[in-house]
Amino acid sequence: MCNQAVSLVAAELERRGVATVTLQLLREVAERVRPPRALFVPFPHGYPLHAPDDPERQRAVIEAALALLEDESLTPPALVDYQPSS
Amino acid sequence: MGEMSEFSRGLRLVLKAYRWRKIDPVPWTPLSKPLAQCRVALVSSAGFVLPEQQPFDETVRGGDPSFREIPSETPTSILVDTHRSESFDHRGLSRDANLAFPLDRLRELADSGRVGSVNHRHLSFMGSLTAPGRLVRRTAPEALSALVSDEVDVALLVPV
Repeated sequence: MCNQAVSLVAAELERRGVATVTLQLLREVAERVRPPRALFVPFPHGYPLHAPDDPERQRAVIEAALALLEDESLTPPALVDYQPSS
Repeated sequence: MGEMSEFSRGLRLVLKAYRWRKIDPVPWTPLSKPLAQCRVALVSSAGFVLPEQQPFDETVRGGDPSFREIPSETPTSILVDTHRSESFDHRGLSRDANLAFPLDRLRELADSGRVGSVNHRHLSFMGSLTAPGRLVRRTAPEALSALVSDEVDVALLVPV
């Protein structure tokens, strides 16, 4: 449900001129709800930024999300898989 | 891996039958300037509140669609997880709120110049909303007006 909630909020932001990137934890929900620009992260619920007390891994997820904002080849709805390096 | 198999059989059946909202048409706002010049805000559905704020109300049918504003200077160590869902492991969030409300990481990005600035406030929702109509019609537009009036360029949204 959390995945749907943030996606609906992201859509409203995009409608009002704010660029968004939304993390998603369930690919099948993301495919159905269709957040505008989303990074699917392969982590369990409760761990969207990979690991607690691990700034490096958290930064890596955020950097991958920010990269979607800079990717001019993406079109809506954009759903990209995150590939953790470790 | 975030998979339906993480959930109990009962919840899986509910989710399978659930009519997910389909965003259609999908709105799209491209970046209007380099990230290094953008003001960034955070939106999390992990149910975090400040100690002095009301916890999200688990008794609201369909889920509590309200929101809390979280000031940017908030130390992440004081954020309180009031997301009542038992369908996920809360231990990581209790150890480090950055796991779903990465304020410290956002500050670092602004300090390093990767993003222009961090907005002075952020939004916290409780995402376990089986009936998101009130969120869509009322509380999200109200909450987002704050970010729009702050001239936020970019938002990072984090579910839990």
